[in-house]
Amino acid sequence: MRRCVPAGMLVLLCVAAPACAQNGGVLHFCLHGEPKTFNPILVDDEAAENIRYLTGGVLIRLNRQTQTLEPGLATSWSVSKDGRTIRLKLRKDLHFSDGTPFSSEDVAYTFKTLMDPQVHSPTGDAFRSGEGAVEIKTPSVDSVAITFPARVAGLEQLLDQVAIMSAHSAKKEMAVLGPFYVSEYRAGSYVELARNPNYWKRDAKGQALPYLDGIHLDIQRNRDIELLRFERGELQLINRLDAQSYKRLEKENAAEVHDSGAGLDSDQLWFNQNPNAPVPEFKRAWFRATEFRRAVSLAINREDLIRIVFGGYAKPAYGPVSPANQFWFNSALPAPRFDPQGALRLLAQVGFRFANGELRDRAGNAVAFTLVTTSGNAMREKMAAMIQQDLSQIGMKVSIVTLDMPSLIERMTRTFDYEACLLGLVNTDLDPNGQMTVWLSSGDNHQWNPNQKAPATEWEAQLDKAMREQASAATEQERKKKFDEAQQIIYEQQPFIYLVNRDVLTAFAPTLVGAAPTVLTPQAFWNAEELRLAPATAGKAAQAAAQQSAVQH
Amino acid sequence: MNWRNKVRMALACLLGTFFLLALASELVAPYSYARQFRDLPLAAPSAAHPLGTDALGRDVFSRVLYGSRVSLLLAPAAALLATVIAGVSGALAGLRGGWWEKTILASADLMMALPLLFVLLALRATLPLDVAPLLSAAATFALLGLLGWPASLRVVWAATRNIRESEFLTLARAQGIGPVRMVLRHVLPNVRPVLQAQFWVTIPVFILAEATLSMLGLGVMEPLPSWGNLLRGLEDLSALRANPGLLSPLVLLILVVRGLQMLLPPREELAS
Repeated sequence: MRRCVPAGMLVLLCVAAPACAQNGGVLHFCLHGEPKTFNPILVDDEAAENIRYLTGGVLIRLNRQTQTLEPGLATSWSVSKDGRTIRLKLRKDLHFSDGTPFSSEDVAYTFKTLMDPQVHSPTGDAFRSGEGAVEIKTPSVDSVAITFPARVAGLEQLLDQVAIMSAHSAKKEMAVLGPFYVSEYRAGSYVELARNPNYWKRDAKGQALPYLDGIHLDIQRNRDIELLRFERGELQLINRLDAQSYKRLEKENAAEVHDSGAGLDSDQLWFNQNPNAPVPEFKRAWFRATEFRRAVSLAINREDLIRIVFGGYAKPAYGPVSPANQFWFNSALPAPRFDPQGALRLLAQVGFRFANGELRDRAGNAVAFTLVTTSGNAMREKMAAMIQQDLSQIGMKVSIVTLDMPSLIERMTRTFDYEACLLGLVNTDLDPNGQMTVWLSSGDNHQWNPNQKAPATEWEAQLDKAMREQASAATEQERKKKFDEAQQIIYEQQPFIYLVNRDVLTAFAPTLVGAAPTVLTPQAFWNAEELRLAPATAGKAAQAAAQQSAVQH
Repeated sequence: MNWRNKVRMALACLLGTFFLLALASELVAPYSYARQFRDLPLAAPSAAHPLGTDALGRDVFSRVLYGSRVSLLLAPAAALLATVIAGVSGALAGLRGGWWEKTILASADLMMALPLLFVLLALRATLPLDVAPLLSAAATFALLGLLGWPASLRVVWAATRNIRESEFLTLARAQGIGPVRMVLRHVLPNVRPVLQAQFWVTIPVFILAEATLSMLGLGVMEPLPSWGNLLRGLEDLSALRANPGLLSPLVLLILVVRGLQMLLPPREELAS
């Protein structure tokens, strides 16, 4: 008779499932690499960044869902008109995970260490806006004023990356203010995070957060094994799936997967315009012609790329900012078009002639170039093959060469021995200042012609001006206006031909309660402190962990 | 003609026909290997596409034909190059002994100790990028041939050592025949079965090595197909479920390699 549960009761049970979620239990998921450090100011890789997010207490937190700033360790703050000084009021009576009291001295210690040139902090680089030292004043235990030598644009948002360290704890950087602390680490195997009993945050009912007892992070580079373990119930979430795995899980249980829409990452191609590159002069002249680049952009069928390569889980890219970046995206930019005839008209304007399926320039040179991309990346290789066919429709002959990443980087940054390149850009920062080295003509990452002493073209000079003005503008609205101008220039000139923004795809076990994936990192567990496990899952995960532990021992 | 010879003749005809089909792929293939039918990605086999289409909607049958041309011409050529190098130097080492033997075996050991993929990566990084796909494929197989001989060399060397003290070689030495002539006229014909076996064994090894190299950007470049890069389609199991025709390069590789092995004279014939 146990099978004869009335349908209504089943529905009731399903709806009640979240309510059945209990505090405690250990959440299991994977890191896709070895964390290189647990020191929050030295973080330079994704795995370490994830651990910093889960363990670090920050003064101001960027809410990944609303993309707005929220109080963290600081209850309120104000930025001076010149954009150099930020004054923060801190929470009182807080303690680090080891019981050491938190005060403004810890904030001062953290920023001194962060800005110390000897430390070489990648996080600190974002604050280095000018020559000179940082001044930190601590008028009381719960207030601090930090003054930078020059304006730091988007200063408040940058604080989301700075985990405060204890000035006095014997545990140094291992004493944390975040929801979890690192309790165990086995190199190459796992990182165990335990609930921080001194975490300050509480839910709406006044209950202490986090709900979970801990998080077990397996270090697993192989995505197939991760997927298999998720299917077996050993993991409760996967942060960022590829389209193929997403489809596979969707077939098994559509409720387990989530498509958050276009993310911040983009795939793009660009032409080498570097005057010192070993590229024939007539080819460089093509690459420098705006009409040539715009024609290439028009001739690429982005919808086909999305449908065939990404299984529909991507969006056409407009420009340097994804529509997922709600504030900074310039919504006035027109959607990218597929128009091979329009491409040919543009090319005709600058002397190219299309005849017998072949495109020739004014001097009679057949238009042919080599497109390099990374080897072993099936999606990018497919994209290259499709671009090759699309461009053949307007008479361009494209040869595809795949190279291992070190060889490709060598060509991009040292020898400049390539003609066109297809790559992806991983973007974790909403603020345009994170892209300064890409757009300033003097920037290292100004890939089409890096490290220029003076802007090589008029539009690059305009772009430099717009980027500098947005960085020094007094208000966010003024910055937005200037960055909109920069986006418009980039859209018109197409130094990077943006192709797609991949969707953010995540997977959650049905019994994980409170998951609300976003497009910003860390997509699937940004609200880890509010995640809960249903009782069955907590038991099953513990059982799986015990089995695994037994095997390991 | 006994039944075994009849089977071998039939096999030879079949492989010959296939070889000719591959050579005439431009005439036989229904479509260009690069043409993408974008409305039909991973289509199952049909009258229009006998082996279905791949992930980009390209006709698998046409790609297999074109790919066979690349692999069936270049892999045996590379295997021949490797076998010739291994045969001559292995026979010389086995015959002369002493410092000759030590030097040749040491160089073979050195080559075997080198991480082949990294050597190839370094070599590829020095090549210009604007190389035609066919030339790039030929360069890849040439490199495989030039670097893939040490394992065969040890086998040939061992076989030569076994016959070093044989009467016919002693007699040849007594007649004052030089080492090169002795290798070419007396040793190599007597280790021919070993050389043949090494040749046939090396062909699939090189085809698979080319597949690995393709993944590292060293093999045959897109969109030119080869059995190697066609085999990469097997990585995606969901694609295989959608179009089992993607298995055809694997089936073909097995059939051709097995067929070539069956064409070899049987063991008892070789022994006699």
